[in-house]
Amino acid sequence: MGLLSKKDANLILDPLADNNPITIQVLGICSALAITAELKASVVMSLSVLFVLGVGNVVISLLRNIIPSKIRIIVQLIVVATLVIVVDQVLKAFAYELSKTLAVFVGLIITNCIIMGRFEAFALGNGPWKSFLDGIGNALGYGVILVIVGFFRELLGSGTLFGIPVLGDPIAKTGLYSTGYENNGFMIIPPAALIVVGIIIWAQRSRNKALIEEA
Amino acid sequence: MGLKEKLHQTKLKYQGKKMAPAFNAIHTFLYAPNETTHNGSHVRGADDLKRTMNTVIMALVPCLLFGMFNTGYQHSAAIDGFPENFSLFEHFLTWDNFWLGLITILPLVIVSYGVGLAVEFVFAVIKGHEVEEGYLVTGMLVPLIVPVDIPLWMLAVAVVFGVVIGKEVFGGTGMNILNPALTIRAFLFFAYPTWMSGDKVWVHGAVDGVTKAGSTDAISGETVLGYLAQGNTADISYSLSDMFYGFIPGSVGETSTLLILLGGLFLIFSKIASWRIMVSAVIGALAMGLIFNGVVAAEWIPEYSKFYGLMNFEFWQHLLVGGLAFGIVYMATDPVTGSQTNRGKWIYGFLIGFLSVMIRVFNPGYPEGVFLAILLMNVFAPTIDHYVVRGNIKRRMKRLKNATIYPKTSGEVEALTTETV
Repeated sequence: MGLLSKKDANLILDPLADNNPITIQVLGICSALAITAELKASVVMSLSVLFVLGVGNVVISLLRNIIPSKIRIIVQLIVVATLVIVVDQVLKAFAYELSKTLAVFVGLIITNCIIMGRFEAFALGNGPWKSFLDGIGNALGYGVILVIVGFFRELLGSGTLFGIPVLGDPIAKTGLYSTGYENNGFMIIPPAALIVVGIIIWAQRSRNKALIEEA
Repeated sequence: MGLKEKLHQTKLKYQGKKMAPAFNAIHTFLYAPNETTHNGSHVRGADDLKRTMNTVIMALVPCLLFGMFNTGYQHSAAIDGFPENFSLFEHFLTWDNFWLGLITILPLVIVSYGVGLAVEFVFAVIKGHEVEEGYLVTGMLVPLIVPVDIPLWMLAVAVVFGVVIGKEVFGGTGMNILNPALTIRAFLFFAYPTWMSGDKVWVHGAVDGVTKAGSTDAISGETVLGYLAQGNTADISYSLSDMFYGFIPGSVGETSTLLILLGGLFLIFSKIASWRIMVSAVIGALAMGLIFNGVVAAEWIPEYSKFYGLMNFEFWQHLLVGGLAFGIVYMATDPVTGSQTNRGKWIYGFLIGFLSVMIRVFNPGYPEGVFLAILLMNVFAPTIDHYVVRGNIKRRMKRLKNATIYPKTSGEVEALTTETV
């Protein structure tokens, strides 16, 4: 990262692993459970959050000195709502099928704790460039988990990736299915996402013991 | 020098070596350890975890053997039709039946134990403790609560899931919230529903398309509950004695209510399982069954309703079919996941029976609910215990407050009353 100083780089890299919004801060779990049955939806959701959080953080950071602290939550909500509506309309215009899959969860980005959390914790106290990096970093950290969960859930649950069959045809029994393999229906339902996220958290904390909270 | 002595010598020889846990495991599996405590005196019972587990396994063996005979019996009955004049020794307890059952069910047992113990072993090595014997019962329960023709790899995946997610993540044997055997079954049910329900999986060979004698129709066999859930109100083709003795299709070990009853009595008299849970679960199931019968009798639900068939089913017959009896005797009584307090056990058991029959009737996909009811109550068991204990404390506090305290000298009265408040 020649472009960024070490401190700036950490703003992006930290949320990817050791300060991940989902696995460490345990924020934004709801959407992570709801839409990760397909990889495509996970990716689009991640991109939407990336856009909203990146732009939102910059806007809040620019306004940070003129927002009266008493009404800052309302201002933050207006900013995030505006951005979410843009995302929602774009999805409806260019990816209608997908926006139906994501359904209400795009709208619910407004209430995603990660976004309000970053506005409050970072953008209100830092400059636009740093806030931008922080927003991108956190959104990527969120996206990484979504994509990992989506990958396993779609692969094991439907035998496809991005809707493309990769394990063969389950009805014609080709590929892996000819050996008697079957899709795992459990991975389609939301509780499976909770368990996959749990396993990621488990693996991450076993690797880095410093992350384990004291009981 | 007897075997016991030899094992003890071997143990001493390998003490502190890497293989020590393996020898210790075999030694204590066969005999009570001859170690003595060094500090103070302790009373030690011989009924340690291994003894408890082995007793439950002994109670399960009749069900396993019956399941083997029944597999063969159901298979041949599906091909040739049920025998006109059923004779126990001519049609059921035959070598052919047993052999067919043996070669279908033994792989299930081997996979269940092999995979489960492998997982236990891996965790024991990682966490650095001796291999725990908690899987012994689970490993025997699992083959008994799945359909005969479940593919072995599915069973293996489910066992890994059940042991890791159901038990090891909580800290291993004795720390689990959910019964691992039921976690395995629930996983199979949600992951591979086509292999856990319908009319093809309960009879050996039906999935592979074995045909009936003298026709091209593939064999099939529904469970009694499946038949009722289809909305069939006609008489069930199995007699009550068939249901009681267990000559009906179903999961491997769950069919014979008689043997389960005997196993249950054995567990009660050996004081391994709680009779309170068993009795209250039976009461709960009967209560729910009576309510449903009452709804039908009051004509609150029309005959074309899809619940009519199961609601109309005689309330006490719910205990004879499906996995209800098996679940109540062997799974609900799991000392780790069940309630610990005596009053809690009554509540816990009652709700298991009550919910089992309720889920059984209202479950649209699959007319069975015992495993779901027990898992649900497993989650609630600590809450039940908490309130039972709190209630106890409250009652005793009240008793203490109202108690009159007679001091030896009159001057102590006030000091004592202030202390107790």
